[in-house]
Amino acid sequence: MRNLRVIARLDVKMGKLIKGVQMEGWRKVGDPAEFAERYAEAGCDELIFMDVVASLYGRNTLVDTLKETASRVFVPMTVGGGVRQLGDAETLLKCGADKVAINTAATQNPDLVNAMSETFGAQATVISIEAVRQGSDWHVMTDNGRNKTGLSAVAWAKEVEDRGAGEIVLTAIHTEGMGKGLDLDLVRAVSDAVRIPVIAGGGLGDPDHLSALIRGTQASGVSVAQALHWGRVSMEDLRDVLRAEGCSVRDLVEGPA
Amino acid sequence: MTGQTCVVVDYGSGNVYSVLHALKRIGVDAYLTSSHTAIAGASRVILPGVGAFGDVMTKLRETGLDEAVVRHIEAERPFLGICVGMQVLMETGKEFGDHAGLGVVPGTVERVPEAVPGLPPMRVPIIGWHPVQPSEGSDWADTPFPQEARTPFYYFVHSYSVRPADPGHLCGEIAVEGRAIAAALRKDNVFGVQFHPERSAGEGQRFLQRFMAF
Repeated sequence: MRNLRVIARLDVKMGKLIKGVQMEGWRKVGDPAEFAERYAEAGCDELIFMDVVASLYGRNTLVDTLKETASRVFVPMTVGGGVRQLGDAETLLKCGADKVAINTAATQNPDLVNAMSETFGAQATVISIEAVRQGSDWHVMTDNGRNKTGLSAVAWAKEVEDRGAGEIVLTAIHTEGMGKGLDLDLVRAVSDAVRIPVIAGGGLGDPDHLSALIRGTQASGVSVAQALHWGRVSMEDLRDVLRAEGCSVRDLVEGPA
Repeated sequence: MTGQTCVVVDYGSGNVYSVLHALKRIGVDAYLTSSHTAIAGASRVILPGVGAFGDVMTKLRETGLDEAVVRHIEAERPFLGICVGMQVLMETGKEFGDHAGLGVVPGTVERVPEAVPGLPPMRVPIIGWHPVQPSEGSDWADTPFPQEARTPFYYFVHSYSVRPADPGHLCGEIAVEGRAIAAALRKDNVFGVQFHPERSAGEGQRFLQRFMAF
């Protein structure tokens, strides 16, 4: 039975959940821990937290948000934003992150991928790839889509796999926040090129978009942000699609009283 | 849990935060310790673990906690190993070369079978929620698994899995792309789970609660 994870993605800034369009024009949505708890109880398989201002230390930081969430939410969490060195990843793992995502630092210093994998294991080493379509190719961007790296998404995905990454979180910037569907060509190109799991994100705005992803690609998961935060789709809608498409869906079991 | 102590072994493993919080959620005031006497004498011990087999064993050996854990197990008190904390119960781990484990359960830890003739390739690491079935010959009676007829889903994230020499030590398994992968071990009072009960929402908390009652 196909196993495809539904992952709620929470972009945070100074301790608040935010959401934008194509990674620009951010708006505050609410308290990230509250949203995380609600999604976990409704059946999301994992959570992704990304700090858009990369503020790992200081006040109102990702670490505070993470600690607060990890004390009340009991599904796995991938956390990223501002991780530049091994010590940063270690800080996040000690505060409740199960996996640490890196983007900018990996493109600037690819050896960090090897170092993270050797130190914390492939299973904790997640590469976030933000890609934008350029003709028939996709270019890797950093800093929420502001800066070009000169890397091609497919080639970069293969490289990080070789360097020991355990998962790729792939976001299409050109479809992100639009709610008009994912870039299935991009998901296919990347997931066919690697043997590690690929989480597809950017553009899910309707349950049918999940059906299309399941049928058209080898994605191991989908990350959903805006559509969930604004209530356009519910976790139950997405779980219904998984059932209808023959994917396994975890039962919701309450913890002991 | 009056008079009962549950300790979580502290040797620098990354996921202790979530283990302690999951225990707190079910009302268990567990504590994190690297004290040999506390571990050897505790009513219950949980050994968490993430990362590579060799690293975990090195840390346990450097701190002498390997002996404390084995002393607890030899005293026939309940023990739960989680993920790599379960894998190190085996004799040998084969991740980045051969490494000696605690040797509590005969057998090895090997890479999950990616390439199997006649089966589609599988993506590794295995990441996600999987329904766990009792292994052949195990009915889950007197284990932390559900005691009613029900298939529990737990969260897995791993690239290696245990291969006990005696299949009787296998207690639960999952099916991934047609392959049977070990999910749980049981040898007397020793339980080991490949999945993460601390990350498996209510189902995982129920597992931990039944371990506390074991």
